[in-house]
Amino acid sequence: MNLSELRPRWTWRRLHSIAMQVAMGIAVVLIAIPLVLVMYSVIVKGGAILFKDFPSFLTDDIPPERVEGAGMGPAVVGTLLVTLGATLIAVPLGVLGAIYLNEYGGTGKLARLVRFMALVMTGVPSIVMGLFVYVIWTMTFGLSGFGGSLALACLMLPVVINTSEQMLKLVPNSLREASYALGASKARTILTVVLPASISGIVSGALLAVARAAGETAPLMFTIGAAHEINKNLFSHENTSLSRQIFSNAQLAFDAAQDRGWGAALTLVLLAFILTLVARLVTALATQRK
Amino acid sequence: MAAKPSLRGRPAHLDRAFGYLALGAALLVLLILGLIAVTMTQRAAPVLSQMGFDFFTTSDWSEADQKFGALSFIWGTIYTAIIAVLFAVPISMGVALFITQVAPARMKKPLIYLIDLLAVVPSVVFGLWGILVLVPHLHKSFLTAGIILAIMITPIITSLAREVIETTPQSDKEAAYALGATKWEMIQAAVIPHSKGGIVGAVMLGLGRAMGETIAAALVIGSVAQVKLSPMSSGDSMPAVIANQWGEAGDMQKSALIGLAVTLFVMTIIVNLVASAIVRRSTARSRGK
Repeated sequence: MNLSELRPRWTWRRLHSIAMQVAMGIAVVLIAIPLVLVMYSVIVKGGAILFKDFPSFLTDDIPPERVEGAGMGPAVVGTLLVTLGATLIAVPLGVLGAIYLNEYGGTGKLARLVRFMALVMTGVPSIVMGLFVYVIWTMTFGLSGFGGSLALACLMLPVVINTSEQMLKLVPNSLREASYALGASKARTILTVVLPASISGIVSGALLAVARAAGETAPLMFTIGAAHEINKNLFSHENTSLSRQIFSNAQLAFDAAQDRGWGAALTLVLLAFILTLVARLVTALATQRK
Repeated sequence: MAAKPSLRGRPAHLDRAFGYLALGAALLVLLILGLIAVTMTQRAAPVLSQMGFDFFTTSDWSEADQKFGALSFIWGTIYTAIIAVLFAVPISMGVALFITQVAPARMKKPLIYLIDLLAVVPSVVFGLWGILVLVPHLHKSFLTAGIILAIMITPIITSLAREVIETTPQSDKEAAYALGATKWEMIQAAVIPHSKGGIVGAVMLGLGRAMGETIAAALVIGSVAQVKLSPMSSGDSMPAVIANQWGEAGDMQKSALIGLAVTLFVMTIIVNLVASAIVRRSTARSRGK
């Protein structure tokens, strides 16, 4: 046999394979295009207003739609408050639910059902969650930031349960057994041994859920109302959010309003990116320490 | 050893209380899903009982005539979601295969970050871009909405598909290469059969996500209640019409809009159940091998 026969030849099979790989590369370019285009618009148009009036863009009241200039303060305050409220509701409950699933329920019938239903719940459209909270909360207690917190918390809960359970699962059983051997009760073991061992993963998963929730619009449309002045009270009076302002400003025909929409978009994107970045840092630091 | 160690760190009833607390938090998931189904159906009941099955089969939607037929919105929801999936699937598959099979190791991480970045951008930002940048070129239509939805579901499908593809056993791949397969033949013979179920599941999840996506659709679909086959014509979808009409809606119309939300809820749950059934069957099969 001639050795040169072993060298790959330019058969149609090889060409086909290379063509397919090139097609995959093109897919990567195609997915990058919208990201680049959207980020370009957001940074150029949003940056123009955000940094021209920095930091008053983030603190001033929203001017009437035709008036040029800065002001997204109420939306910044609203987004931070509403998201914080949702986090304080969803994260403790979600972690507790995950503790039940991993530490108590295991592979039992109820735990399997809850796990499955949490999966179903992640698929519920955010607008449905918004209307649900409208029906059970807003119709009785009126529009307020807290209604938005409830709606976002409903969206975050199954996500937090899911990611936290994955993290609890990673804690080796030997740690739990060592704690029991020292005479600790189950609750004490979970609170002082299992949770600290998995805390970085839980925190990073929760932060990613918060980043997603902060950008949600639909759940807030029916629950928080609309405000043009800063409302620092989460529990009463109408509020607003960056996402809501982007949605309404996008539909206004006035340049001034649209500019503020882009500014709000840049602010929101930065907030989401920062939260995601912190989540990654938490994970990176935790793995480094190990 | 000075003090005698107690056998329990805390009194037993506190221990049990913590267990119940955790149980309660877990049951919250069932409670919320149950409440969604019950309370929202209740709110939608006036319109659903007045319209009967016509709610799903007619497309007259008018507050003045007290007629609420959701057909055109149901059509728009399904149609835009399908357009989105048609765009998203080939791109997602290409990217997922590129990351797992083609890209050199040091390119992998940056590419995964790129996909994650796309997933982090809030949908309302895509909506803003869609209406102010894309619509002047493409007009408001099913197609425009489908494109925006595709951008939003591509990262989801890609990362799910990538995770499934990455579990392809090395031995399967090496076996294909040993038989003289090219890289593409190896992918066809080893990667695809292994990941088919998971990929179909990922696509279904993307479809469910596209059906429920509100804001982008509300901004670029055109808000015209009509059943049209042409992707270039304007239309409306269930989440979009809820978002756009809620502000000015009277009591009966609000009830109708909540009826739309219930319909959407049921549709997305069915899609998600089918998705998870497909994934479960395929993982069971690949474990059985």
